[in-house]
Amino acid sequence: MNKMETMTGARALMVAMEKEGVKEVFGLPGGANLPMYDEFARCNIRHILVRHEQSAAHMADGFGRVSRKPGVCFATSGPGATNILTGIATAQADSSPMIAVTGQVPVAMIGKDAFQESDIIGMANPAVKYAFQPRSPDEIPMVVRKGFYIAETGRPGPVLIDIPKDVQQKEASMIFPDEFKIRGYHPWTNPDMANVERAIEMLLSAERPIILAGGGTIISSAFAELQSIAELLMIPVVTTFKGKGAFPENHPLSLGPIGMHGHAEANKMMTEADCVLAIGTRFSDRSVGTFEAFEKRLKIIHMDVDPAEIGKNQTTSVAVVGDVRASLRIMVKMLMQKAIKRTEENTWIKHVKETKEYWKENLKLHPGEMGAAKILRKLREVLPHESIVTTEVGQHQMWASLFYDVIQPGTFFSSTGLGTMGWGFPAAIGAKVARPDVPVVDIAGDGSFSMTENSLATAVLEDIPVIVFLLNNFTLGMVAQWQRTFYNRRMIGVDQGKCPDYVKLAESYGAQGIRAQSMDELDKAIKTALNSDVATVIDIPIDPEEDVLPFVAPGTSLADMILPS
Amino acid sequence: MWAILTLLVENKPGILFKVTHLFRSRNFNIDSISVGVTDNPEYSRMTITTYGDEKQVEQIVKQLDKMIDVLEVKHLDEHKTVYRELSIFKIKLSNANDSMEVNKLANAYGGKIHDVRKDSIMVELTATPDQIRAFEELAKPFGIIEVARTGVAALQRSGA
Repeated sequence: MNKMETMTGARALMVAMEKEGVKEVFGLPGGANLPMYDEFARCNIRHILVRHEQSAAHMADGFGRVSRKPGVCFATSGPGATNILTGIATAQADSSPMIAVTGQVPVAMIGKDAFQESDIIGMANPAVKYAFQPRSPDEIPMVVRKGFYIAETGRPGPVLIDIPKDVQQKEASMIFPDEFKIRGYHPWTNPDMANVERAIEMLLSAERPIILAGGGTIISSAFAELQSIAELLMIPVVTTFKGKGAFPENHPLSLGPIGMHGHAEANKMMTEADCVLAIGTRFSDRSVGTFEAFEKRLKIIHMDVDPAEIGKNQTTSVAVVGDVRASLRIMVKMLMQKAIKRTEENTWIKHVKETKEYWKENLKLHPGEMGAAKILRKLREVLPHESIVTTEVGQHQMWASLFYDVIQPGTFFSSTGLGTMGWGFPAAIGAKVARPDVPVVDIAGDGSFSMTENSLATAVLEDIPVIVFLLNNFTLGMVAQWQRTFYNRRMIGVDQGKCPDYVKLAESYGAQGIRAQSMDELDKAIKTALNSDVATVIDIPIDPEEDVLPFVAPGTSLADMILPS
Repeated sequence: MWAILTLLVENKPGILFKVTHLFRSRNFNIDSISVGVTDNPEYSRMTITTYGDEKQVEQIVKQLDKMIDVLEVKHLDEHKTVYRELSIFKIKLSNANDSMEVNKLANAYGGKIHDVRKDSIMVELTATPDQIRAFEELAKPFGIIEVARTGVAALQRSGA
């Protein structure tokens, strides 16, 4: 039994977070969380000030995805809390571990429509993995302990802790528990060995097997296991967009992401396969197109930590529930024991390699010097392999998926589920806080970057030198592409003008702004940014008419890919 | 298909909200819901009846099971389950014979008579939803003034 200590709720929160290993908090103070803020003066947790609470949540999210430990964000009650809601929903959609701590009006004022009161517990309910509202200060140590445990175990997700101001202020005898039990929470199931065995048999008897690696592969760091299985059985690997970089994209068996803007060779091979080993994926509509067309003629082996994902979007032949790394390890072990290893290239693998080769040669790209493919390949060429890349949401994001190869697994992160514009830059800041030793680049578009560009203040003042690699077409490019494709070129609400000047914008925050209008300038700009001690925005003007292709239109199947003409 | 689900949940504020919110946000239907504390005051039991194909019901069960405040969820086989709903009907009495006729009808369904007035009568009926619907059909010609129903409460038979 730990000894009791008397302290305020706010103090207990900080002590409990220190015990969880928290070193940084991203946030913004206000009336209802001031008692917690006052405690920063007396603890070893660094506070990183944001200019909008949504960015605090994205920073915590970026931190969480990279470190695989919950990132923490603070916001005050009312609008502070509603501002982080987008960030919470983003973390939930992408299974990212996060702790959001909001201030709340005092208990006696709850329900009185008090100043800056919002029912954030009610509003956030469908967007969190769990939410706590301690009504008495002595609940706080247990709430923090359970909150971190829930956020980071099983399928990770955001946990909200909403603390009324009087609960922060009041003193109580605190016990900081080591052990606890959550009766209704069973984050992990042991993988069923018999089903792993059936999965192996199914893969071995398939003529055209394929592996589809989803985001769960990255969350559980199952990189080595995935590579072993692909190599032992000589099975080509496609990924979802969220799974991009689960498998080295320069590997001979790698075909890249499938989906709406998947690689042509990945979509082609996915539609030709007769059996898929799907790892840690929810078969999102953006990845698989129409559910019915995807599962036709395809045997699906589904590995996932979340039993509710089995059969949700696709009918599975074999399901293995459990941490996917544990499941894959069992599979590798069984293959080793049975001495199963394929060395000869069969007709399927030959066909896969020919298809890959074909699209490498024949995918038509933008003819200009500053086409998206050339720009992103240049970035790849200059960036060290261990660099971490985040993206904003839009055309640039899909170009990154197509043309920026992830070599070191687990170094690519994007808002893939909720598709939150403005995510990439603050997430890059969070990522850099988690990994200050590697370069962190936000591959951005001007529309998305505009939404959280004021995080430049955080990057500069808090000395977090990330790089914004801005493909600037002065347009809400993806919407413009849909208007060109589906709305007969009626361009409504997409022109951003040449406003602002991103070089001057960066400079006004004390960051570095560089404009790159040729490949030479771009090469120099990336190198300058990598050597810079301050955040850098590289503004790269591009053709506003360039489309992202291939393109699988919504509501169609992967076989109906629109290709560049 | 019609499905009866039984849930053992934490007896804490906000759980009913979370469960019903899940149905809303996942696009499932609630046909009826009833909640009450169990013999252990730490837990409540919820009985939810819902409609959906087999796949949907399986998905509802899995999503409920995933909820941290839900300790146990079961899809009950109605043939191996005792399930009942309490209903109260206020029925119009238009002529002298009606009172006797309603009495007979209520007796046939095992109902109880309450609050007999000159122009109305109340019938309390505890039965399966199907029986209640059947009773309702037969009571309609008299004129139903109001109905209140509790939703189903259900427990699996021992050994089932």
